[in-house]
Amino acid sequence: MIEFLHVDKSFGEKEVLKDLSFRVEKGEIFTFIGPSGTGKTTILRLINLLENPTSGSILIDRQATKVSERERVDLRRRMSVVFQKPAAFRGSVYENVSLGLKFRGTAPDEIRVRVAEALHLVGLEGYEERIATTLSGGELQRVAIARALVSRPEILLLDEPTANLDPVSTERIENLILSLNERFGTTIVLSTHDMVQGQRLATRIGVILNKRLGQVGDALEIFYKPESREIARMVGVENVFDGTVTSNDGGLASIDISGITISAICASPPGSQVTAYIRPEELLLRVGKEGMSSARNEIEGTISRVTPIGPNVRVKVDAGIPLIAVITRRSCEDLALFAGARVSVSFKASAIHVGMPRVISSE
Amino acid sequence: MNEIIDGFVQAGELILSLDPEVLEITARSLLISLTATVIASLIAIPIGGFIHFREFGGKRGLITIIQTLYALPTVIAGLFVFLILSRVGPFGFLGLLFTPTGMIIGQTVLIIPLMVGMTLIALSGVKKSLQDEVISLGATSSQAILTIVKESRFAILGGVILGFGRAISEVGAAMIIGGNIRGYTRVLTTAIALETSMGNIAFSIALGMILLAIAMVVTIALFLVQEQ
Repeated sequence: MIEFLHVDKSFGEKEVLKDLSFRVEKGEIFTFIGPSGTGKTTILRLINLLENPTSGSILIDRQATKVSERERVDLRRRMSVVFQKPAAFRGSVYENVSLGLKFRGTAPDEIRVRVAEALHLVGLEGYEERIATTLSGGELQRVAIARALVSRPEILLLDEPTANLDPVSTERIENLILSLNERFGTTIVLSTHDMVQGQRLATRIGVILNKRLGQVGDALEIFYKPESREIARMVGVENVFDGTVTSNDGGLASIDISGITISAICASPPGSQVTAYIRPEELLLRVGKEGMSSARNEIEGTISRVTPIGPNVRVKVDAGIPLIAVITRRSCEDLALFAGARVSVSFKASAIHVGMPRVISSE
Repeated sequence: MNEIIDGFVQAGELILSLDPEVLEITARSLLISLTATVIASLIAIPIGGFIHFREFGGKRGLITIIQTLYALPTVIAGLFVFLILSRVGPFGFLGLLFTPTGMIIGQTVLIIPLMVGMTLIALSGVKKSLQDEVISLGATSSQAILTIVKESRFAILGGVILGFGRAISEVGAAMIIGGNIRGYTRVLTTAIALETSMGNIAFSIALGMILLAIAMVVTIALFLVQEQ
């Protein structure tokens, strides 16, 4: 549906995207995740033909997009965008939502029906006569989504669609995105810095790092099998260690990490330089000896820090190597953990993703 | 001192008794300046739109020239149009010198730069994000321009009102091009200039009060528009 071939984009001297190649298939939800200000918005603007690539090419439905302005308008009319900070036009919500259909020359009766339908989808029934510029941020965001949906686009581009919304509205919008995709087969490209949202919504995720497209894959691959330290850091894989494979017994390898040996599932032969990735949720903490763990790896250490994060607690353990575990607040209380306490940390061999040491060049 | 007070009293009488000459001069002033404002709007707003929406070499310089012409002295605008309309000028054959039509042309020339400038300011006041919305909603170029102009309509209207204010209050162009012919090209400002020099204070004060009242209406209108 959408294809980027070696796309570079610079604004004057400032390079924003470098050598971007990817394909979004018809009917999928493709999510770009990455820190703020890394060009995610620019990708959506390029797809919407609001910007031209500095080099490389963009195809929509296998059709080149370096065409006349008239043809670009036709291509643009097959898609809709919801910008991160939507702007409201003077006038009523009705006038705002109907604008795209007016541009397309839709009959007034049809416009009335479709505006009501779009407002219903975003839960703003009866908002037609409200003045758009006086709406709250969340309401405006939903008006913007209605404005995008009213033309029944084949491709829907969403830039941080829930960044300004409360949790209830966020859930509503996320459900709407999923149901649009299911019911109408709308191809959806969205950007988010919210990893969890990426995981909830995406068929596939593309990680944007240092102006480039890093890893592309489904949520499981991105969140459990990161390809590099940078991606790991971004998706919350906090335990990343470089080490050397010392032995490999039919896929169960021993890896030496600064003098500590761990067991992990991997195919690399002895002597290989590898990087081990472990999600902090995979680490189990125990105090004392009661309740033996079935996990292959068990390391003793001292807690150096306990930090609450919402319903969870992040526990930093110095065990020769710095380990970070995330456990629920309740288990933290049950174990009575505090900085300075001795604990044993255990994790399964299968919880470790072993990859080649690789760094995404910053150039 | 008494003469001045008498002047005010008589001026009040002239206005309240709806003196035919006062009314006639006021009506002519309004007609000429309103016509000039309408014509100038029809020319200046599209020019402003063109400058705003198109990229071309010398755009910056052109805008600077337009801004300089905000303060175009009225006598220079008058002189310029006088030369063009005079019998030896390129449009002399039209016989428009010393006619109300000639005065309309003069005032139009005078206020076009101001109104182009105000249109530019109004259009650049429309957020870039709104322009992106218009394009991504599938507007063609002309639909996009129309929508943006519509969006800034109140700011543009503010420029139009300012233009009218400048037209009705100027004296230089009206005097040079119109010639202050009684019953034909005499307007509020030229009449005040003449009557004052002739010592006809009461008449001048009456016309002055009317002119001030018009200025006040313009200011209030501008304020109301800017409230939007």
